Amino acid sequence: MNLNLIILIPLIPLVVFLVLGLFYKKIKPAISGYVGVLGLLISTSLAFYAAYTYFMVIGKTEGVYQTIVEKTVWMKFTDSLQIDMGILVDPISVMMLIVVSVISLMVHIYSMGYMKGDPGYTKYFAFLSLFTFSMYGLVLATNLFQIYIFWELVGVSSYLLIGYYYTKESAVAAAKKAFVVTRFADLGFLIGILIIGYYTGTYDFETLNNPEGTSILNWAATSFMGLSVLSWALILIFIGGAGKSAMFPLHIWLPDAMEGPTPVSALIHAATMVVAGVYLVARLFPMYYFVEDGFALNIVAFVGAFTALFAAVIAITQTDIKRVLAFSTMSQLGYMMLALGVSGYEGHEGLGFMSSMFHLFTHAMFKALLFLCAGSVIHAIHSNFLKDMGGLRKYMPITNITFLIAALAIAGVPPLAGFWSKDEILVAAFEQSLFLYVIGLFVAGLTAFYIFRIYFGIFWGKESNYEKKPKESPGSMTAPLLILAFLSIVGGFIPFSEFISPDKAGFETHMNFPLAAIAVFAGLLGIGLSWIFYKKENQLADKFANSFGAFYTWAFHKFYFDELYLFVTKRILFNVFAKTAARFDKKYVDGTMVGIGNQTVNTSERIKGMQSGKVQDYAFAFIAGVVVLAIICIYLWMN
Amino acid sequence: MERIIFYCLAAVIIAFGIASVTSRKMLRSVIYLSFVLVSISGIFFLVDYNFLAAIQLTVYAGGIVVLIIFSVLLVHHIEMELEMAKASKKIVTAIACLIGLGVFLAAIYSYDFDVINNSLTTTTADIGIGLLSYEAGGFILPFEVISVLLLAAMIGAIVIAKGKKLTENNNQSQ
Amino acid sequence: MIPGISIYEILTITSILFFIGVYGFITRTNLISILISVELILNASVVNFVIINKYLFPEVLQGVYFSIFIIAVAAAETALAVSIIINLYRQISSVEVKDIETMKY
Repeated sequence: MNLNLIILIPLIPLVVFLVLGLFYKKIKPAISGYVGVLGLLISTSLAFYAAYTYFMVIGKTEGVYQTIVEKTVWMKFTDSLQIDMGILVDPISVMMLIVVSVISLMVHIYSMGYMKGDPGYTKYFAFLSLFTFSMYGLVLATNLFQIYIFWELVGVSSYLLIGYYYTKESAVAAAKKAFVVTRFADLGFLIGILIIGYYTGTYDFETLNNPEGTSILNWAATSFMGLSVLSWALILIFIGGAGKSAMFPLHIWLPDAMEGPTPVSALIHAATMVVAGVYLVARLFPMYYFVEDGFALNIVAFVGAFTALFAAVIAITQTDIKRVLAFSTMSQLGYMMLALGVSGYEGHEGLGFMSSMFHLFTHAMFKALLFLCAGSVIHAIHSNFLKDMGGLRKYMPITNITFLIAALAIAGVPPLAGFWSKDEILVAAFEQSLFLYVIGLFVAGLTAFYIFRIYFGIFWGKESNYEKKPKESPGSMTAPLLILAFLSIVGGFIPFSEFISPDKAGFETHMNFPLAAIAVFAGLLGIGLSWIFYKKENQLADKFANSFGAFYTWAFHKFYFDELYLFVTKRILFNVFAKTAARFDKKYVDGTMVGIGNQTVNTSERIKGMQSGKVQDYAFAFIAGVVVLAIICIYLWMN
Repeated sequence: MERIIFYCLAAVIIAFGIASVTSRKMLRSVIYLSFVLVSISGIFFLVDYNFLAAIQLTVYAGGIVVLIIFSVLLVHHIEMELEMAKASKKIVTAIACLIGLGVFLAAIYSYDFDVINNSLTTTTADIGIGLLSYEAGGFILPFEVISVLLLAAMIGAIVIAKGKKLTENNNQSQ
Repeated sequence: MIPGISIYEILTITSILFFIGVYGFITRTNLISILISVELILNASVVNFVIINKYLFPEVLQGVYFSIFIIAVAAAETALAVSIIINLYRQISSVEVKDIETMKY
């Protein structure tokens, strides 16, 4: 396979970013949109070509898909420990290439319509290309450090894009919050990387993930407080992933990140960046599975399940449609983590891994579609809130149909894509732990409920007074909607398990009809309940909410986690640590520096009398110097 | 006999030297200087360097002292009482000078000079021959350079002391 | 050589004269007085040269020659110093050292 072509996939968006960034004053805005789309079209076609070649032409060797790696040494620490830069081609990285390419391309085309007339149009496309480049680099990373580098780059791109409306204070604050929270999580990630590097002597994925390699076989060699050191490292790395994927308790940035433009939310916070955490765990999956018999994996599963439930409960109460979608993303990411957590390794036991990746794939399609439809609605009526919407199905038919398709997909209604992936997750969970299965099932029902709540709230129900009659979005915005809707319908039919599995061998899956039926029933129950509550205007929803009393208020305020974090940072961290450090800095460090300057001035004041301008003083100094020198010379001569 | 003369001359030198630097009147200071210079030429006579003694009398006591007197007259200070420096300065300087003197004397007295007793008389002809000879040990080059130096000094003195009036006159006349 | 006088005594005399000159140079406030002190210093060094020539190296005359040059240079220098003093007097009407401190900090 011509790997040079795969190198081009990240490089083209990078070149687009540099061109748009350096020449942004000279390029007409319309051109920059086309440049961005063109670059991404090339990358997408290359990605598809790569996938076709990898899966069909090269295919399996000895029954296993080979990992193809091209790398060069970038920084050498010791003989064995080094940071490389390169590309790693492997079933999940190829799959991610496709996901990132398709979604990014759709978002680029959509943005041409959505951001039309915005003053920072070129800048926007430059940042989008930067993000795409970073995401490609992350997906193709060959070792832990390279993935960390691109991880941070993705975080920076997200910061730039969330804070795109930089004149709005809330957007700036949200960008800062996203960056700081993910940065804080990345501290854990970095410590994990360093521990792994120290105890296994390598950062390279191929070496680490080898089930017969020393890294995995010697996991029990060193232990710390009852757990193997490698388990600690994996937990810390998971913390990094949890920050990026908005797992509880590092989830607080994702709802606020909705301050960015909606296509950005679709690209970054639905389909690509937030799955980086899931991708990281999947990338290191053999280590997670084998080290300490999968201890870290249990933590992954429980955190994922809890987040799924937590986010779904909050999503039911929110009134801003983008916030609902944000919490929905969080919940679905919880599903993916849960699936990874319950997965095995060999053959059919790798169902969890496979279903997690499958759900990542299908979720990208329908969540991006949901966000883009929401963007279409927001673009038409200029408000994010449910109370300003209603009865839009008459005015925006395409958006209506595509949103419905996406909603059915996420609710898990067959034969749309979401049903297949979510069903596999539930089967994997069922095989592992009944408790996790029940949580997963409950969340599936909640998902259907909240998504149809906003569907009915936007497109059905009483019409709200619109200042201008809303009209359907332009072609550049509806085309991606239609494409993504098509993909949401057919995406589920791809035989994913043939391609993606932990041991890269592929396996056959069979439909588990009883569990599938229960899952579909839960989804239809959710749809039905929301039909009753929301399709026509009535008071049932409010009465039901009030019956929950305080619990409803808590859920509406996202369980007050933002306030809790704010309290901890402001009261405790700022007052205790930051103020002391600031005082020390100002008094002692600054004082020393200024003191040195003052002392210099004082000394110079005192010795400037030497320059008196009187020749006699100079002569005196001269004579005295000569005499002293004479004394010294005579003394030396005498001895 | 020569010893007595020498001691008298030495006493005169030192006494009038001190008087010269501590006198409050300008002209008296100059006169004391001239006495010192004459006494020094006396020492030269004692060591049989007659030509040098003559030069000392002519140039120093005759030329330089007159020059200084002229300058004193030109700056109108002939009748004025001079200011003295602050007492602290005087004491500090005196102490420094005494220390320096001590260093010099220590250096001088701790060295064994190779004195060659002799009574050679040097004639002017000897000095002339040495001063103008081309061989090694001859001083013809410094001699010529000194004449250039004196020329430069003359021109420099004229230019510096010329002042505004003369230049304006020149400009007006052109 | 002066019979009966050792070289040490003469060198002592010249050293004393030298330091009298230095004392005068540093202490006096009038420029012309400073000039006079410089003359004393120069004379002390002239005597030094001559005496060492006579006592230690009687057959050569380098010391005498050098003394002649020193006297010539002293004369030239005094002439120039006087002309500078006169020029300065024309500018600031004073020849006191305390009025010439323009190079002060």
